[in-house]
Amino acid sequence: MANENEDKFDAIVVGAGPAGSACAYTLAKAGRNVLLLERGNSAGSKNVSGGRLYTYALELVEEGLYQRAPLQRKIVREQIMMLGAESAMTVDYFNPAFGGNDAEKKAAQSYSVVRASLDEWFAGEAETAGAILASGQVVDGLIEENGKIVGIKVGEDEMRADLVVAADGVNSLLGQKAGLFPDASSHAVGVGVKETIELPDSVINARFGVTDAEGAARVAIGCTDGISGGAFMYTNKGSLSLGIVFNADQAGKQKRHIQDIFQDFKMHPAIQALIEGGTSVEYGAHLVPENGYDSIPKRLYRDGFLVVGDAAQFGINTGLIIRGMDLAIVSGLAAAKAALKTTSPADLGPEYMRQLDELLLMANQKAYRNFHHIFEINRIFHGYPELANDALQFLFTVDGKVPTPMLKGLLNTVRKHASYGQLAADGWKAFRAL
Amino acid sequence: MTIKKFSPEELLALDKFAVDEGKPHILVDNKYCAKCEIKPCLLVCPARCYRLKDGNVSFEYAGCLECGTCRVVCKDGGVTSWNYPRATFGVTFRCS
Repeated sequence: MANENEDKFDAIVVGAGPAGSACAYTLAKAGRNVLLLERGNSAGSKNVSGGRLYTYALELVEEGLYQRAPLQRKIVREQIMMLGAESAMTVDYFNPAFGGNDAEKKAAQSYSVVRASLDEWFAGEAETAGAILASGQVVDGLIEENGKIVGIKVGEDEMRADLVVAADGVNSLLGQKAGLFPDASSHAVGVGVKETIELPDSVINARFGVTDAEGAARVAIGCTDGISGGAFMYTNKGSLSLGIVFNADQAGKQKRHIQDIFQDFKMHPAIQALIEGGTSVEYGAHLVPENGYDSIPKRLYRDGFLVVGDAAQFGINTGLIIRGMDLAIVSGLAAAKAALKTTSPADLGPEYMRQLDELLLMANQKAYRNFHHIFEINRIFHGYPELANDALQFLFTVDGKVPTPMLKGLLNTVRKHASYGQLAADGWKAFRAL
Repeated sequence: MTIKKFSPEELLALDKFAVDEGKPHILVDNKYCAKCEIKPCLLVCPARCYRLKDGNVSFEYAGCLECGTCRVVCKDGGVTSWNYPRATFGVTFRCS
């Protein structure tokens, strides 16, 4: 596309996370003149995430792209943990098929990732494809003319473009400055805290039952002081990512600081056994869009302006599956495709929404639309994890005394944690959410 | 640091910060905080930048992890301005 003056870009992408880099990469590869801005000193240096990327999204951007990415371990073990005061029940689902097939060049379904390296790599790919990558640039505002967004301001500097893409993350100040949406609501986001703990690969492999290239992803409940939320653990190369995501609204209304709850979880005997001997090297925090489809702003565009990734509150959390980066990449791709397909600014936004449908992002969001209601069942976070542990303690205890009959013992355990009425109500709620 | 229960200071000591001295990126006016009954910031700021001192909310931006939680949970107007730190300042994550 020809420019009227050389200062004007075809597109300015604000934020070199997965959404921004996917967008800039796709546009640059198609020959567009793209400026990719990043506020950190390097891409990824302001980012924190639990740490798993579902690979299909990179495959949509370009087949085989994942082979160049600094991915950590193929996730072949999916683990669910329910914590009691000192005990823990863990479900460990091993499926080598999730690991793909190297000989057939079939990607693993998902990989653990570390954002400092993943984001820096992806932004570098966009740069190699021809985008101009400028790090250490904090965008202060938008330039608006005749109701159209025509550029951005960085300090005293103004930069202009046919298209500005807001890939500026969950706090999207640009989307707010464009008047598209207010602050995220505290009940719709989770606050995540995380420690990165270094351990030799040989130790990780032994503790998690994996090889060098393979890894485990674990979710845990019963460790949040009853706050809606859960813990995660991912195996990387030479490190573990360990953290908890709390519903921000509930976390602000209870008694203990989330840091203390997190540190107690870390020292739970069942967790400590996995991290023992390790070295904590970083502590991070980030907000997570958690409410799914209903919290996606009604409008994600204006003339000359598109919102992608976390900024658009894309996110899916089923308790077992936590998705954000893949949706970010798909939305960045959708924005790029829309820009490549349209010439009139008025067509761009509707085409972006069409691309989000075509790439099945919206269908994915809608499929889990009601799922977050399941997290309104408070006993999932405080009650049922303890029940599971007590039931197993009953089943496995041998002390030479006369054992309580099996059924009676189990029913006693259940009644200790929930009445039949509560169980029925929770069951109904879960049924409706599913 | 070896595995143990970390204090708030020990957790932040793991991170790399470049503090923009004298230029806070978040402004808090605690006269609004006085009216806020639940003061969620005291419990949810992952860096514990918000603390109670002599009954008043006190804010220290130096260890801010730039997550935005305070901005989202503050309902009574105490957070009067929320921005990212200027370029090259703030936290730098190396392995998260």
